[in-house]
Amino acid sequence: MSATKARVGEDAWKTRIDKVNAELVTLTYGSIVAQLCRDFEGDYLEVNKQLEKMGYNIGLRLIEDFLAKTNMGKCANFRETAETIAKVGFKVFLNITPTVTNWTTDNKQFSLIFEENPLADFVELPDDGRAQNELWYSNMLCGVLRGALEMVQMQVDAHFASDILRGNEVTEMRVTLVRIIDDELPPGED
Amino acid sequence: MVILSLLILNKAGGLIFQRDFNEGLKKLSSNDYLVLAGTFHGVHAITSRISPVRDSGGGLEVLESDRFRMQCFQTLTGTKFLIFAEPNQPNIDVVVKRVYELYADYVMKNPFYQIEMPIRCEAFERNLVAYIKPKQ
Repeated sequence: MSATKARVGEDAWKTRIDKVNAELVTLTYGSIVAQLCRDFEGDYLEVNKQLEKMGYNIGLRLIEDFLAKTNMGKCANFRETAETIAKVGFKVFLNITPTVTNWTTDNKQFSLIFEENPLADFVELPDDGRAQNELWYSNMLCGVLRGALEMVQMQVDAHFASDILRGNEVTEMRVTLVRIIDDELPPGED
Repeated sequence: MVILSLLILNKAGGLIFQRDFNEGLKKLSSNDYLVLAGTFHGVHAITSRISPVRDSGGGLEVLESDRFRMQCFQTLTGTKFLIFAEPNQPNIDVVVKRVYELYADYVMKNPFYQIEMPIRCEAFERNLVAYIKPKQ
């Protein structure tokens, strides 16, 4: 199953995706984070929140592009969703394939391990003692996942558990399925 | 290949886009189009529950009469694309896919477009017409 997904991702990346200079992405993202840090005067927790919010708005829109370009059908279960995110989603947008690991026994939580992170190329966190402990540099990715999955009826929570920029061994994002969003009628209707 | 008209419905069944490409269909008032969209949304929801095909998961996909063929494509995000074409039209799937791609590009990627609201993106209409008109 994951071999075909890898092929779908690779094929979409090669044929149907317009490419852009990687430095442009890295520099644009970097300037967003740096500007947020300046605007919020070092309140890194707030910066994390803003990055996640921006990512959420991106994710809401990105999912349609993803579905249109890759023609993916519905995933049968959350495990398949995880494989799709890692092998097709990240491949198509960032040309990376994080590894899916650390499943919980109820299959509702997994980790994405990033061997490479184009957003964080050439980045070193500020040396003010707090950034290293408070700022999740790539937090926008968490928001993107949350927004995108919400549009396909999955409410998830995504957050970073560790980051190479912070001095940890690996960059790891933890994704939890909170609930499947069934069609809800507007209030006042039976 | 004659495409008569396109309707796009949001997740709640509200009409967010409507465009005729051919004189083959009678002109309706804008209220009629809203009613048509809402009705279809309801029918689609019902048919997905009573579908005799087990595990099909989806609702009504094609409605064909001797005057027209209506095809519905529902994305995984709940947006519905309704294409009205002449009967016995093959390859509407190709058209629908392409319209979906145009939607993902010119509508969703417009940061000022509010999701689920009526589509007023000039670039989307321009590209849509450019894609569909030559086929008539």
